[in-house]
Amino acid sequence: MSSPKSSFYLPGGLPAPVAEPDGLSAPYWAGLRQERLVVQRCSRCGTWQFGPEWICHRCHAFDPEWVEVAPQGRIFSWERVWHPSHAALREHGPYLAVLVELPHAGGVRMIGNLLGDPLRAVTVGAEVAGVFEHHCDSDPPYSLLQWSLR
Amino acid sequence: MSRQTSERTLRGRVAVIGIGETQYYRHGASPDAEFKLALKAILAACDDAGIDPREIDGFSSYSDDRSEASRLAAALGIRQLRTATMQWGGGGGGCCAAVANAAASIVAGLADCVVVFRSLAQGEYGRFGQTSGIVSLSGEKAYLMPYGVLAPPQRFAMRVRRFMHDYGVRQEALRAIALASYHHAQANPRAIMHGKPLDPDKYDASRWIVEPFHLYDCCMENDGAAALVLVAAERAADFRNKPAYLLGAAVGSGFRAGAAPHNAPHYASASFDTVAPDLYRMAGVGPMDVGVVQSYENFTGGVVMALTEHGFFRPDEANEFLTFENLVAPSGRLPLNTSGGNLAECYMHGFELVLEAVRQVRGTSVNQVRRNDVAMVIGGPMVTPVSDLLLGSEATL
Repeated sequence: MSSPKSSFYLPGGLPAPVAEPDGLSAPYWAGLRQERLVVQRCSRCGTWQFGPEWICHRCHAFDPEWVEVAPQGRIFSWERVWHPSHAALREHGPYLAVLVELPHAGGVRMIGNLLGDPLRAVTVGAEVAGVFEHHCDSDPPYSLLQWSLR
Repeated sequence: MSRQTSERTLRGRVAVIGIGETQYYRHGASPDAEFKLALKAILAACDDAGIDPREIDGFSSYSDDRSEASRLAAALGIRQLRTATMQWGGGGGGCCAAVANAAASIVAGLADCVVVFRSLAQGEYGRFGQTSGIVSLSGEKAYLMPYGVLAPPQRFAMRVRRFMHDYGVRQEALRAIALASYHHAQANPRAIMHGKPLDPDKYDASRWIVEPFHLYDCCMENDGAAALVLVAAERAADFRNKPAYLLGAAVGSGFRAGAAPHNAPHYASASFDTVAPDLYRMAGVGPMDVGVVQSYENFTGGVVMALTEHGFFRPDEANEFLTFENLVAPSGRLPLNTSGGNLAECYMHGFELVLEAVRQVRGTSVNQVRRNDVAMVIGGPMVTPVSDLLLGSEATL
């Protein structure tokens, strides 16, 4: 849950995501900074794909197109984390992580935190909406996609 | 050319003639360097077999083991190195694949005497369960770690949660697996948890690491090394121990199992849906023929999925099958992890499980089962690639 001093779900100090040196995921991370969720969809065969790859796994066309999708989905699975596996999480917790499925984007899935009471009951199949979390002061800055029950 | 030599199989072609391990330690407690642990385990395995270590002509390992084959060959004064095989993939998914790769080298005529081993000194090189000190990251972990999905328990809990949801699996099924491992460890003086029994109340009262894993659902982290010696079946009778023959082995995973992050189409899986049928086909046996199973417990929930994918019960039968009584030696329905395994003997990345399967076939386990002609090892559930193997006595050939 957010601490009073921060608008972030988890305390600062966790690893920051950056695109690979080859740039494969750069459009995804750049999109989140602009509050746009983009995932790959092959422009030749229409297959959805996430995480990104250089090739469409169905038809083998290279460089699948990045397309914007609504940040909405449903909970595919979830976990409540109690043990701190990182120094930044000591004295914190529990917290909730969810695996969200996007039915309107070929059922691709992504991990985020479920905002709100970390002790709440969580239901597989529950509808969630994305909430962008901007870490503007990080070096380099980055944004995450969190989820809240609809 | 006879069918015997043209058929592509490992069945009955190689045998384990020696096993050895170091003392097992809590992580950080080893007085020896990791490489020295590897040397000790290899020499112990050769001594068990009664073979001169200079006869070794190959090494096979997994999970990027740091005790590199050429350094081992130099250190041991090996006359000729003929195979050096590393199985791709982290975790314990390669603990059986390393045996398969060594066996394949022997069957193909590349080598004659291959040592398969794992050495791990987490005090010297760092633990798997802590992730501090990383400033930024890319690739799969970038989609997970900023959200606090950091270490293996958090990376695998959601697979198990989905499986429990789909099939109504209760916490008691996971608990039975932990209780069986701890029960077996009480008879095993090698076990880290020897003298530290577990009961249902202690399990229930233990803290959550990440739901649905209590503390006792999670493997330990340890220092030590374990090794075995593999030779062609024709030579197996020349050595002092009863040979444990390889009946079959299989490696891999199904369609897009490696689609990160958490995008495998068959998500609520231990990754054996395609591998287990390959294993049974090569070995020419089925689940009913298997008398004892060592199944890698990174987390108990992975064992539930691995056992169902090997056909021991249907997913919706997990609650009734996975009881303490069914899982314990000598005569439970399916004795499981009879040395204590990763939970209670030692987290030797699953290689202690391979050694225990050899002991069961020999008849020398401290928790010896009655039906010991066919012993299974299942390596590294939920990762990719995974691997498994079946060992058998001479009577099964």
